[in-house]
Amino acid sequence: MSLFRTILLVALVAGIATGVASAAVHLFTTVPLILKAETFEGSEAAPAADSATHATEAHSHDAATPAHDHGDGEEWGPADGFERNAYTVLATVLTAFGFGLLLVAATELKGGLASWREGILWGLAGFAVFTLAPGLGLPPELPAMPAADLMARQLWWIGTAAATAIGLALLVYGRSPLLAALGVLIILAPHAIGAPQPASHDSPIPESLHHSFVVASVAVSFLFWVLLGGLSGWLRPRLGARAA
Amino acid sequence: MNRLNVAPQSAAQPAAAQSAAAQSAAVETPASRALAITFAALLGVFVVGGVGFSHIAAAHNAAHDVRHAVSFPCH
Repeated sequence: MSLFRTILLVALVAGIATGVASAAVHLFTTVPLILKAETFEGSEAAPAADSATHATEAHSHDAATPAHDHGDGEEWGPADGFERNAYTVLATVLTAFGFGLLLVAATELKGGLASWREGILWGLAGFAVFTLAPGLGLPPELPAMPAADLMARQLWWIGTAAATAIGLALLVYGRSPLLAALGVLIILAPHAIGAPQPASHDSPIPESLHHSFVVASVAVSFLFWVLLGGLSGWLRPRLGARAA
Repeated sequence: MNRLNVAPQSAAQPAAAQSAAAQSAAVETPASRALAITFAALLGVFVVGGVGFSHIAAAHNAAHDVRHAVSFPCH
């Protein structure tokens, strides 16, 4: 299980560093746009969290914002402000750790990362698999925007990421033009099928706000994947030697 | 060939273990590598699934801004 420990350690360290750094960027780029979009969710003003004692009510969307309704009753949610941002940092770190595990596990199939430069190449592949390909059919979306059934979109997202990963592997490691062609077909297939779309794209969100958000989201994801790949590649030979 | 190279726990596959044992004390067989990679990937799927795809309301609310910002399908 020494290899498992190595993968875990590389993903953990690279994930924490990448998560903290990209969360900091998110808090100044994408998050303000999300908060702005939430003001379009209902005519009533969004509840302002002025004290921690309102923790359970501050993020409630029940009556004021039916478009953002997630169910009945009082469900827990972080209070706006510091608590909400703290969970954003935590969730970004967890995302980076999880994607780091997938990234490093994949690289071990080819013997493990040897350098930060090799890691960045794998990071770019991760960017293509988890940001570009799913984002083509399902662009980054703001609250209050119309969307198709959640489960259908999640399935398309996961299927597209998996198809892109398999297709890229065939393109890079397949040893024949036939396999490369198959890789191209597998990458294109989800887009030929098409992502689930809402019945109408009419949205209260101004087009300019959505455009800024798409640019910010994809740009921060690019940074995320270059960091995650580069750090993993830099760490792998150092931690591997110790843990192996 | 090298019968004196008695690495611990390598009795089952001494041939496969020799190259790995030459580099480090730990013994790594293709099977153990595959197992480690599989478990690491499964853990990754579990973590990403929890943050980005879980339908549990508390998980959704905690990771809400990240789901939008990273463009996981949300709502």
